[in-house]
Amino acid sequence: MNASGTEIWLVILVLGIGTYLIRLSFLGLIGSRQLPDWVLRALRYTPVAVLPALVAPLIVWPTATGGEPDPARLAAAAVTLALGMATRNVLAAVLGGLVTLYAGLWLIG
Amino acid sequence: MYPRREKAFLRGMRAGAPFLLVIGPFALLFGVVGTEAGLNLTQVMGFSFLVVAGASQFAALQLLADNAPTLIVLATALAVNLRLAMYSASLAPWLGEAPFWKRALAAYALVDQAYAVSILEYERRPQLPISERLSYFFGSFAILAPFWYLLTLIGAIGGAAIPPEFALDFAVPITFLALFAPALRTLAHLAAALTSILVALLLAGLPYSTGLLVAAALAMAVGSLVEVLVERRR
Repeated sequence: MNASGTEIWLVILVLGIGTYLIRLSFLGLIGSRQLPDWVLRALRYTPVAVLPALVAPLIVWPTATGGEPDPARLAAAAVTLALGMATRNVLAAVLGGLVTLYAGLWLIG
Repeated sequence: MYPRREKAFLRGMRAGAPFLLVIGPFALLFGVVGTEAGLNLTQVMGFSFLVVAGASQFAALQLLADNAPTLIVLATALAVNLRLAMYSASLAPWLGEAPFWKRALAAYALVDQAYAVSILEYERRPQLPISERLSYFFGSFAILAPFWYLLTLIGAIGGAAIPPEFALDFAVPITFLALFAPALRTLAHLAAALTSILVALLLAGLPYSTGLLVAAALAMAVGSLVEVLVERRR
């Protein structure tokens, strides 16, 4: 991490204030103005639009291997995704992924 | 005293309690990974106290570790939290009558779990007076928040002792996958996630991680579009 202490605190403070304002947005307004449908619809997809884009390069080109695709990490990602979709349980998915990762790293060495 | 309010508060706490199993490990992990990435104890705690939104904290952390520019870090992490505006809009009709300072406090407590259990309760008991609605909401947050802070702290202190062989670099990607996988329940969600992945990989070479924002915007558009198309075919 090259960011200086000031930059890190800037991220923490602006992210904290920005997130608070997002939370306050409609609660803060008196009454309940209704959002347009297309905005509500787009907001519904923010987590599945942002998180996969963030995670995909980390899985295909992991930093720890110098960007080389790694079978143990790919297998761990596949198991996590499959478990998460099948069980809808975040914790089970994380645990399954970590077990696969460690098993894979141990087997392959 | 206000026994009915207290009861609502306790019911909220009870409804929130099962989520300790989700947010506990998550907070612990954030403490560990934050420390490993090079944040000091105050900075790690600053995130958990001021942001109180795990996914965006991990997103910011990952991009800081990748040396992305500050603006990209902020834009991405805030984009992850846009869903909270939807919660805010959805709770406004139920909590709108409360005085502003109470709504301002409620905004700090508006986390996924508090939203999820409260909106269920309000729809189940539409007659609940506003004071009890608020008590229920705050109860569901009050059971979770202390553990969120405390387990972040324990993770941050303990994290320094974990050797690199544990491949914790990969704990963040796994956490992200586990977070969005359960949301892939419709064709529209699947299409959005696929778009997001493909565009992010194709544009990975763009400077300053700008590909990430393009991928997210396109994926939101694709998700909305597929939803509209599916509804029209019904």
